[in-house]
Amino acid sequence: MSTPLLQVKDLEVAFRTQNGVVQAVRGVSFTLDRGSSLAIVGESGSGKSTTAHAIINLLPGTGHISGGQILLDGEDLAKASQNEMEHIRGRKIGFVPQDPMSNLNPVWSIGFQVEEAIRANGIATGRKEVKARAIQVLKEAGLQDADRRLKQYPHQFSGGMRQRVLIGMGLAANPQLLIADEPTSALDVTVQRVILDHLESLTRELGTTLLFITHDLGLAAERAEQLLVMYKGQVVEAGPSREILQNPQHPYTQRLVAAAPSLASRRIQATGSIAAAESAIAADAATAAGEAIDLIATAEARAEALEAAAAQPPAIVVENLTKVFKIRGSGDFKAVDDVSFQIRRGTTTALVGESGSGKSTVAKMLLKLEEATSGKIVVGGKDLASTSGKELFALRSRMQPVFQDPYGSLNPLRNIGNTIAEPLQTHKVGTKASRRERVFELLDQVSLPRTLLGRYPNELSGGQRQRIAIARALALKPEIVILDEAVSALDVLVQAQILRLLAELQAELNLTYLFITHDLAVVRVIADNVCVMQKGRIVEAATTDEVFGSPKEQYTRDLLAAIPGANIELGA
Amino acid sequence: MPDQSSSKLPIEHYVAPLEETKLEAIDSVKTEGKPSNLWIDAWADLRRRPMFWISSALILIIVFIALFPGLFTNEPPNANCLLANSNGAPVAGHPLGFTRQGCDVWSRIVHGAGTSLSVGIIVTILVFTLGVIFGAFAGYYGGWTDGILSRVGDIFFSIPYILAAVVIMTVLANYRSVWVISLAIGIFAWPATARVLRSEILRVKNSDFVTAATAIGVSRFKILWAHVVPNSIAPVIVIATISLAGAIVAEATLSFLGVGLPTNIMSWGNDIAQAQTTLRTAPQVLIYPSIALSLTVFSFIMLGEVVRDALDPKARAQR
Repeated sequence: MSTPLLQVKDLEVAFRTQNGVVQAVRGVSFTLDRGSSLAIVGESGSGKSTTAHAIINLLPGTGHISGGQILLDGEDLAKASQNEMEHIRGRKIGFVPQDPMSNLNPVWSIGFQVEEAIRANGIATGRKEVKARAIQVLKEAGLQDADRRLKQYPHQFSGGMRQRVLIGMGLAANPQLLIADEPTSALDVTVQRVILDHLESLTRELGTTLLFITHDLGLAAERAEQLLVMYKGQVVEAGPSREILQNPQHPYTQRLVAAAPSLASRRIQATGSIAAAESAIAADAATAAGEAIDLIATAEARAEALEAAAAQPPAIVVENLTKVFKIRGSGDFKAVDDVSFQIRRGTTTALVGESGSGKSTVAKMLLKLEEATSGKIVVGGKDLASTSGKELFALRSRMQPVFQDPYGSLNPLRNIGNTIAEPLQTHKVGTKASRRERVFELLDQVSLPRTLLGRYPNELSGGQRQRIAIARALALKPEIVILDEAVSALDVLVQAQILRLLAELQAELNLTYLFITHDLAVVRVIADNVCVMQKGRIVEAATTDEVFGSPKEQYTRDLLAAIPGANIELGA
Repeated sequence: MPDQSSSKLPIEHYVAPLEETKLEAIDSVKTEGKPSNLWIDAWADLRRRPMFWISSALILIIVFIALFPGLFTNEPPNANCLLANSNGAPVAGHPLGFTRQGCDVWSRIVHGAGTSLSVGIIVTILVFTLGVIFGAFAGYYGGWTDGILSRVGDIFFSIPYILAAVVIMTVLANYRSVWVISLAIGIFAWPATARVLRSEILRVKNSDFVTAATAIGVSRFKILWAHVVPNSIAPVIVIATISLAGAIVAEATLSFLGVGLPTNIMSWGNDIAQAQTTLRTAPQVLIYPSIALSLTVFSFIMLGEVVRDALDPKARAQR
């Protein structure tokens, strides 16, 4: 039996910081055989990327390997010199980075950058040979018209094509090992699927061993034979992917599997049992909170609520909404094209689409942050187009947004108390004392301690900031909350927590949600109705069950099929 | 499974012992420690830097001298000048010797501190105010507001401020005073500040917290001053500290060139100008005011540098 290609033994990585040494990776060991594939899964801060970077010695800043061995073909990379590593990188280990937007140099042509990689690895010499190899590499990576596009620059490529270029560069020297660090997390799901399919067939052809780094359990299980689950720098569980997914042993893995929306929705569909629905969301203990989003029970209660609500006028009516952006040089661009939908009070409608589908523009027009070109938006019986001044000011208190980026949506120089109180101050609600009481009440509602009052956003995690943003949105007791990718930037466990919080708040306060997202998997656990958008149009609109159970449009079917892990059977 | 290696981790399903990998509550809130934001952190960082304390102490001493010159010398700077003492060496009660006119050098330096500081502070306030107003409105409102304000800034920027000040001071030769020289320097020195603030505002104004404030119903004007400017002002404060030093130098330069302050106002620049004729015979007349000027300028530049480092979290992390 031959030695395995890569053996990592008791790897330790430490970072020097102002507050002393921080251990980012603690005693990680794994073995990777030739031609096999392994995915390291974990949340942000779990040390998964650090492990990958340690293998190719690309640790950022003050990071260094503080213990253990990394044996590639029996050679210890942890002790390799800079020169030796330069020889190994590219030739023996290829690397596909995470962000296709920032990993290509915008001032050099694609051809130049690929040729540079080829020359650096000494695969070909001589102008002609290098160029020929560059074209071949790009064609292999799936860029059919590579010879024509060599002279183009990164900005002329879409995100998916740039990722293909990076994959091509990573594989240019036929390395034995390819490390792909979140290779598709910046891409739309349908593009992600195509790229991953291609990467898979390519590495199988070349016999390349594949090491994936990802936060997405579904994707990991779908694309790799083995899984390695990391938590706080340690390996908590490892083994064959299907088995781990179907039979997670460690409590952390169980949490992770339960919270992954792509897997959870599948579970509910597969079993339909209440127990499964509970475990889909409830990560820690089935509390009263857990029951609130027990989908089946909620659905029944919701059905009654919907009937009652049907008689009342809808909370939001959108009719033939169109938004045209004028683009210099290339005429008009229809971002939103003849969109119509209604949302009844106390219900959730999800607006789903990939980047550029116009879903966020719809939200901006609803919030009157952007003027509609034509069409009608009626909120609570009032036509938005004719409101201005005082009426608009009053309307704003009835409709509040929560945005995607938890790091950008709170003013870093305002403390939490003032941030949540700002809507109350602006609308001159109550006295200073009563406002303070209301802030306390809101902090309770979003399950944050009252002691956060005098603290600042940079001290909080992403999920906690998102709770603050929700508290601020709820301060004026609005009827409608517009959630623009509100959970997309969060780790799965935190995401599940926030989704549960949103469901609770909806039940408690009879809120109407417009839930804008690119992630169909999340829709399943939160929405009553779904509108699927493509290129500015709504291509399919139905109840959540209908869209997931029997999608009418090919595009919807593509989206559903592209959810990573959706086709993995979980024998619950 | 093919794995027979010495690795302690077999390919078979491995589960870490729970006692070695303790689970924490999801997203638990940390509430120990003091609150922190950019300014609190910057202050904590500053307090640890000796350079900050040295420059602050120097500045405080200079300010104290400027406010209470009588505590440091009993000699009036212009009276009691005896030509018999012309370019005289230090004697008891006159530690730094005498000028060509027989005036006490130490006394002139002490009384000149106020002038230099006043010019520096007035110019800085002027530059800061004009720069913030122009930069904030241009960056935030954009469109034609930006067009007009930025072009005005460009016009002022295209004329070197020291040249403009020479021209103004020459035209206003009969009205020379601390205020006039400060105006002459400040009126052409603000565009750099405005440009820095404008670019910072452009960066901040598209933040989600600005959109969130708009959605709450906060007026645009209020958002500018409550949310956008506070998040853009840090680099401007650094520039202001350094430009204070620049203004002091500019005053000295103008006075040296003979278009600055009249000779009856104590000023280091004037003293340096008058000392050139006697440089060889009595270097102290030139050297001591020059040292005072350098030390003051150096203190403010040093302060600006440490404040800049403290306000830049990236620079902080790298040390």
